[in-house]
Amino acid sequence: MAEVMVPIGPQHPALKEPVNFRIYVEGEKIVRLELDLSYNHRGIEKAAEERNFIRVLPLLERVCGICSHSHATAFVKGIEEIMGLEVPARGQYIRTIIAELERMHSHLLWLGVAAHEIGFNTLLMWTWRDREAVLDTLEEMSGNRVHYNMNEIGGVRLDLSEKQVEAAQQRLPVLEERIAQYVDMVSHQETMLLRFRGVGKLSKEEILKYGTVGPTARASGVDYDVRRDDPYLVYDEVPWNVVTDSSGDVYGRTKVRIGELSESLKIVRHCIENLPGGPIRVTSAPKAAPKGEILSRYEAPRGELAHFIRTNGTDKADRLDIRTPTLANWTSVAKALVNQNLADIPVIVAAIDPCLSCTSRMTVIDTGTMAQGSISWEELVRKCRARYGTEVQP
Amino acid sequence: MTGDPQSLSQRLATWARVKSPWVTVFNSGACNACDIEIIACLMPRFDVERFGILAKGSPRHADILIVTGAVTRKQASRLLRVWEQIPEPKYVIACGACGAGGGVFQGLYHVVGDVGTVIPVDMYVAGCPPRPDEIINAVVACLNLMKEDLAQGGKEWRRKAGDTDRKETTPGTVAKDVRV
Repeated sequence: MAEVMVPIGPQHPALKEPVNFRIYVEGEKIVRLELDLSYNHRGIEKAAEERNFIRVLPLLERVCGICSHSHATAFVKGIEEIMGLEVPARGQYIRTIIAELERMHSHLLWLGVAAHEIGFNTLLMWTWRDREAVLDTLEEMSGNRVHYNMNEIGGVRLDLSEKQVEAAQQRLPVLEERIAQYVDMVSHQETMLLRFRGVGKLSKEEILKYGTVGPTARASGVDYDVRRDDPYLVYDEVPWNVVTDSSGDVYGRTKVRIGELSESLKIVRHCIENLPGGPIRVTSAPKAAPKGEILSRYEAPRGELAHFIRTNGTDKADRLDIRTPTLANWTSVAKALVNQNLADIPVIVAAIDPCLSCTSRMTVIDTGTMAQGSISWEELVRKCRARYGTEVQP
Repeated sequence: MTGDPQSLSQRLATWARVKSPWVTVFNSGACNACDIEIIACLMPRFDVERFGILAKGSPRHADILIVTGAVTRKQASRLLRVWEQIPEPKYVIACGACGAGGGVFQGLYHVVGDVGTVIPVDMYVAGCPPRPDEIINAVVACLNLMKEDLAQGGKEWRRKAGDTDRKETTPGTVAKDVRV
């Protein structure tokens, strides 16, 4: 049978974000996948070089609306290490609480989206209802539902009051009960078993070969989590476990994420109960960072997030390179889709919890010599305008 | 929006349109925050379906287009194309600070600007991201605007004297340059 190309996106009912898939099929079976991710490219990395450490944080939070705390924390963590700052324990605990609440809201969101992709909309409604309880807690603590803006160099911006801690503690048992329901549900719910089992299978060798990270890797038996293997914040002081599974399919990824929900809840509870006193940030953080290079790693809800930061002695980063987990996971999707049914595309793609807004990158290559290089801001703007037309009149 | 607004068929169409507007969401380069807040509107706590608001995948079925985010250069022509596919009368809500003025992404090399530079916008929602209740408020306010427009026989009454830029008749002037 001849190959047929099925184009999907960038605007498509099945997609939440702009991405273009060209899926080659033979009958109902997928042969291969070609991807175009760059619709949401905004140029944040380059813009981050133009802003000082105070102004860059709001920008970095907006790399992704779902893991905004991850990006800000990964960046400040790196800068603090270059500066040699010791963040007070209370600040670290608050960062951890926000980070784990963020993971809970992200995983609940994912569980709903995955359920929606298989037509199980009841679960979508349930998880998003429970997600509101997490968002309420985040809103009480930070003042915003989505972009918390809690970080600053040397600590956090806001302290937790007794009242906020109490309110959070009251919500945790409800969430715990609901998460226990999901844990129970995933083991015997017929719809999930039928649509998730054996779909999008990836072996441990393939995972390692394609550099897959996060829950997708852990579902194939790769026992790796930055929070345990390269501890940051207070993960080495908190009792928790890395959740892994050996099945390697979408079902395994669901089990890992639901397992991580309970673990996150445990971490939040531990941090809230053992919240140390004292200051939340250092009294006077330096404005400029000394010359240095650092690779700051962070376990975002979707997997390992890496910020490479090079500083040059000023109050701005000389170079910021963001390797987001979704960027690392796309190659595994192309592999997982092969020989699967056309109808399983949404759920296999959703299984890595893709986040398109943080995946677009740009490289400058001379097409003649294939040499790569760097480019100045002015030249970049000029070239961009030349490529896409004149600048917009306000 | 032609014909006598008081005719039976027009009144019927207006009634149906205002009772159940269908909404399409377009991500023109957002950070996802507005998108997930819009999806949160559909969920049990906020539940926009009680206002008859229904989220639809295809722009051809939509009455209202909610655009999230600053418009990236690559998405500008797609946004225009999606806007062109929506049948008249169409309404555009620009969601969040980025949709209104570029937000933190203003001036970035791959960002054209706010939504208004590519297509005409009827309503802006402030916030980064706006809360779901604010988004619902915007859609409900847009319904009132729809009613008012139908009574006035078009969107012309809203244009201020001497208002020449961002004309609804020539929405493509900017995006056509950007088209690749």
